[in-house]
This record gives sequence, structure tokens and C-alpha cells, in this order.
Amino acid sequence: MQIYLPIADMPVNIFLVLGMGLAVGYISGMFGIGGGFLMTPLLIFIGVSPAVAVASVASHIAASSFTGAITYWNRRALDLALALMLLGAGILGTATGVWLFTTLRALDQLDLMIGLSYVTLLTVVGGLMIYESVRAVMRARHGLPATIRRPGSHTWLHGLPFKVRFKRSKIYVSAIPVWAIGFIIGFVGAIMGIGGGFLLVPMLIYFLRVPTATVIGTSMVLTLVTMASATVMHAVTNHLVDAVLALILMVGGVVGAQFGARTGQRMRGEWLRLLLGLLVFAVGLRFAFELVVQPDDLYSIRYVRGE
Amino acid sequence: MMRRIALTLLIIMLASGARPAAAERLVVSLSNHRVAINSNFVGEELVLFGTIEPDAGKTGLRSAYDLVVTVSGPRETLRTRRKQRVLGIWVNVDSREFVRVPSYLAILSNRPVAQVANPDTLRRLQIGLGNFLLPQRIGPDIADTVGDDPFRRAFVRLQVQQGLYHEIAAAVTFLTPTVFRAAIPLPADVPTGNYAFDVKLFADGAMVARTNAALDVTKAGIEQYVADAARDHGLLYGFATMLMALLTGWIASVVFKRD
Repeated sequence: MQIYLPIADMPVNIFLVLGMGLAVGYISGMFGIGGGFLMTPLLIFIGVSPAVAVASVASHIAASSFTGAITYWNRRALDLALALMLLGAGILGTATGVWLFTTLRALDQLDLMIGLSYVTLLTVVGGLMIYESVRAVMRARHGLPATIRRPGSHTWLHGLPFKVRFKRSKIYVSAIPVWAIGFIIGFVGAIMGIGGGFLLVPMLIYFLRVPTATVIGTSMVLTLVTMASATVMHAVTNHLVDAVLALILMVGGVVGAQFGARTGQRMRGEWLRLLLGLLVFAVGLRFAFELVVQPDDLYSIRYVRGE
Repeated sequence: MMRRIALTLLIIMLASGARPAAAERLVVSLSNHRVAINSNFVGEELVLFGTIEPDAGKTGLRSAYDLVVTVSGPRETLRTRRKQRVLGIWVNVDSREFVRVPSYLAILSNRPVAQVANPDTLRRLQIGLGNFLLPQRIGPDIADTVGDDPFRRAFVRLQVQQGLYHEIAAAVTFLTPTVFRAAIPLPADVPTGNYAFDVKLFADGAMVARTNAALDVTKAGIEQYVADAARDHGLLYGFATMLMALLTGWIASVVFKRD
């Protein structure tokens, strides 16, 4: 069944988009991430223009992370104070990102910027996750505890001033790295149409030593608010949010996320991280391939303005 | 004075039949004057019907005619970009702006346009994708380039691939020597706005009659509502979409609540 998308200006098969929402939602529920890094490329692949895809996926991620956040809130596995501080910085980052998005679009380099960001982030993060989880799996094989080692509980990050105590997470850290992480996530999210969950979770664990118990719930709150504000900002500045597309995606997404979360809870942590690392790395490679291989057509057309 | 002379001449010509008794008039009608894009729009084929009639007082019609229909959609400015390898990756390095060109263009005829008239006539009347005026911004000037300019060629090729530009030599069929129909393909992503139809009748390589028609393509129902809201009330639209996301997320967590 075809449905015409009012902003993307094209018809799509409603079941195809619903299926994409389900599949990505399943993965996002399983790994506790938003799944934007999968959804945006998928939408571009079926013919939605990159700009509309990035803007519309933001609201889809907002929906799935809200479901997740409610679940974690009920389990009291959510550090609201930490989330709020990350958020303040996240909104600043998002605003900067939306501004850069608009500027790059005018300069014809948006596609390149999106492509390069994907390649760099996904291959690096994916590679690191694979490395870390393979080592964890190996350790488990040798009968050692498979948990992530936290060598030397203090790094130079802990020497920075403006220290704040976060009770729910039981950490006492400087506000500077917290603001920096929040800003980066908001910025990257607005440019790439991703929630940044797959970046935020490792950053919180490795840099701030946030315990695994509260990290996913906290990340979901941050993802929720940055993506919700990205939706509004994209709607105001670029008028590119397709509400019909977003609705179909989010309906599929939230259902898939619920089933994914159940599968995820049955899997061992290190295997889960390895799978996610492989997935992230593979998507990154695909983007690298696209940038390096000669495109079928060297020319492309971009809409400048109507009458 | 001049006008009176001209008028007199015209009357004499009409009355005496100084020219061969063939003078034609075109009567055309579209199957639909308004195309509404609603949620199940997947493209459409529009039909233009027409007859060739002898002009008032004339009886004779020629034996063979050619007909060319040019359909041009709302104007827009587009940029054609060219990629080149820079430091191992493919980057847009050069671009050309096509100023106020039709977003949709169809040149429909009953046989290849090259056979309808000589190249000079075709160029003057802008018949064929190669002859249609596609102005580019070149420095401070705006002008069309030669037909084999690489940017112009790439632009036309991409628009044809997208189903937005057409040159179809078999789209016009003569049902009788004087009654014709033309099929106009509108793709699923047809731009909205006003479409102008320019119908030209040829006999022996010269244009003998010309007429116009118009078409309106608009979004309808929910599609129009959403598109208007996104354009005119960005902030409100953004908040509405955000609330929709929160509601969907909340409903899911209520529906799937098991424990």
C-alpha cells in the first residue's frame, strides 16, 4: 500500500517503512540505543533526501527513547541529575549542529559532511567496541570475570575543577567533561540524525565511570530531549520534518523496541557489545566504501528555491 | 493610419482568400484541469484531446499535420553539482545554477521533432529538450549555453531519469487526420503548481496554429494540511510532531507493560 509523504514529496510503501521501523526498533531495544545511525541511511537508500531523512528520524528516536526512559524510570535505573546537566550542554550542541547543518546545506557539502562523520564515528567506535568485547569474551573463556575492567578509578578527568556529586550514579566528577560530552552528543545528533546513544553509553562508562545500572536509562533521557529539541529546531529552520514519515517510523519503532529489549536482557553483556560493535563497524565501512568508490553518476541536482 | 491599413489588408486577405484556403484553428481540452495529490497519489497519466478545425469561413484542411505539445511545470532554481576525487574521496567540486527552469517539462509529438521542422525553426520555437531555454547563472550573467555543455547535458539527463523531463515522439496520436490525443505522464513526485500547455500545429515544416491550456497540480486533504503547516507554522508543527512522538512512546510503554 503506497502512501504519499507530504514533505519528502514522494510515495512510499507503508509496510516497507513500518518494517524498517520494526527492525531498527528491535535492534535499538536490544542494545539500548536510538538506532538513528541505521535508520537515516535506510531512508536515504529508499530515496528520501538526506536532509528530510535526518530531520524526520529525530522524532522517531524521540519516540523510542521515551518508551525506554519510562521503563528505566519505573525501575529507578535513571540518574536525573546527571541527565539534566548533560542536557543543558546537549541543547547547546544541537543548536550549533542545526546551524552548521543549514550552512553546509547551502554550501553543497552537507552530503559529504554527513558521510565523513558517519565513517569516522562508526568505524572508530565500532572498532573500539569490537576490541573491548572480544577481549572480554576471551577472558570469559579463560574463566575470568568478563566485566569491563576499570583500571585506576582516577584519570586526569577527575582532577578538573567544578566537581559535582551525582547521587544515583554514585560518582563525584568535574562538570567540564559532563558538559563536553553533552555538547558533542547534541551536536553530532543534529548533524547526523542520530541520537548518539551508541556514543554516549561508552563515553559515560569509560570517561565518567557511570555504573552500568544507570547508564542506559540516563542515556535515553538525554537522547529523548536532544532528539525532541532537534525535531523542533529542524521544523523551524529547515521545514524538513515529515510528520507522516515520522509517525509510520515511530509506530514500528516503539513496538520493535519492546521486543528487542526482551532479547537483549537474555544475552550476555560482552556478546551484546560485540554484536553492536560489529554492526556499527559494518555501517561505517559501508559509508567509507561509498565515499571512496567512484559514484555511478558524477552529477547530482539540488533544489535551491522555487518561485 | 497604419492600423487602418493593416485592418483593410487583413479584410481583403480574408475575403479574397489570397492565401490557400487552409487556415487552421486548434481546439484542445484536458481530461482534468486540476490534479490533486492526496495520500494515495502514485502518479497519473493526463490526456489532452483536440481537433484541428478550419478557421472561420475556410473549408480546406491540409492532408497531413504534425503536432507538438510542450508542457512546462512551475519554475524553480536548481543547482547541478559535479563530483571529483579529492584526496581519495568523492566531493562536489563544481556546480552550476539553473535559474527559473521548469520543474517539469514534457515535449510530446506525433513523430520525432527533428522530422517536424528544420533545426532553425525548432530552435526558435524551443522545441525539444535540446532547444528548450534552460538559463544558467554564469558569473554575473544568466544565459543558456550550447546544447552540448556538460552541465546542461547532465542536468537534462538527470531530470529525464527522475521522470521530470520527457521528450516522447509517440505521445501524440492522430485518431483521425484532424482529431488527436496526447498522453502526459505525471510522475509520483510531480511538483505542485501551475502547468502551462503550449500546443503547436505544423504543416510542411511550418507552424500554422498555436493554442494554450493550463493545469493546476495541488496537494489535497491531509497532504496539503501537513505541507502548509510545516511551511507556515514551523514552530507549532515541530512541537506537534514532538508531542506525537512522546504520545507514541508513552502508549507503547503502557500497552507493553507486563511486569
